[in-house]
Amino acid sequence: MLDDIDRRILRLLQSDPTQPLPDLAALAGLTPARVTRRLDRLRQDGVLLGQRAIIDWRVLGYTIEVSLRVTLDKTVPRAFDEFMAAARSVRAVIEMQTFLGRVDVRLSLIARDLPDYQRIYRDEILTLPHIADIEALMTVAQVKHDESLPL
Amino acid sequence: MNLDDIDHALLRAVALNADQSTTQLGQKLGLSQPATWRRLRRLQDAGVIAGRQLMLDAEKVGFGVTVFLGVKLATKGRISLEDFERAVSAIPEVQLVEHVLGLYDYRLRVVARDLADFERVLRRRVMTLPGVGNVEANVLLSEERLSGPL
Repeated sequence: MLDDIDRRILRLLQSDPTQPLPDLAALAGLTPARVTRRLDRLRQDGVLLGQRAIIDWRVLGYTIEVSLRVTLDKTVPRAFDEFMAAARSVRAVIEMQTFLGRVDVRLSLIARDLPDYQRIYRDEILTLPHIADIEALMTVAQVKHDESLPL
Repeated sequence: MNLDDIDHALLRAVALNADQSTTQLGQKLGLSQPATWRRLRRLQDAGVIAGRQLMLDAEKVGFGVTVFLGVKLATKGRISLEDFERAVSAIPEVQLVEHVLGLYDYRLRVVARDLADFERVLRRRVMTLPGVGNVEANVLLSEERLSGPL
């Protein structure tokens, strides 16, 4: 279980994962050695998994982002596995989630422009196996994006 | 911005795991440490790498439930989108707010400690937002990130 000190360190680290250890320790009001010990334990326990770089796809020329909400034909026994394996090989897909609810699978898809999206949608998405229904939500603007946890 | 194959490989690597040192990254890609550093620096300066995200096991830190919400506004035109956006963005459990076109007006990603906690967030914070109408909830079961067209 996490205690208040763990939470404080993780909160600070979440707000800036690249900050040097001495700065982090100073902000947390702890010695660098203590912070190191805490971080090592959090890694060992599988709480802290690491960090990843956030890619800004717009800078790379991908101006379209679409959220595809897919309902699968559940009468087919392996519908989930087969759909997901096929969707993984679509290069425009950057995220994939499965759900309990009206939607079975959601794909996050990026494209350079609308003709590019149309081509991917027709040739690579609609040809995926076991789709019963598909709905698209096109992103107009990202108002908030902060995957930090409210620790 | 023009990227070559090595830039793509570098982005693929750091998008999955940015914990590696430039020396480790360089070794994997057959680059010297200074060359790796220069390339990463260039990608950061150009804004291709927009930042870093700490990866935590949400369940182990007490957030066992993630829900995606589709929100339809009830009284479009009469309420201000800015008011809705400001209020929804201020909810700490809301990680993502996207203005979308389609069946819903907004797409939200919400974390909660458990289903009871989610119900509290939904009833007290989300359903009371200005102008909120129909809300659809889907509980996240699994998630994977892919390197996309890199």
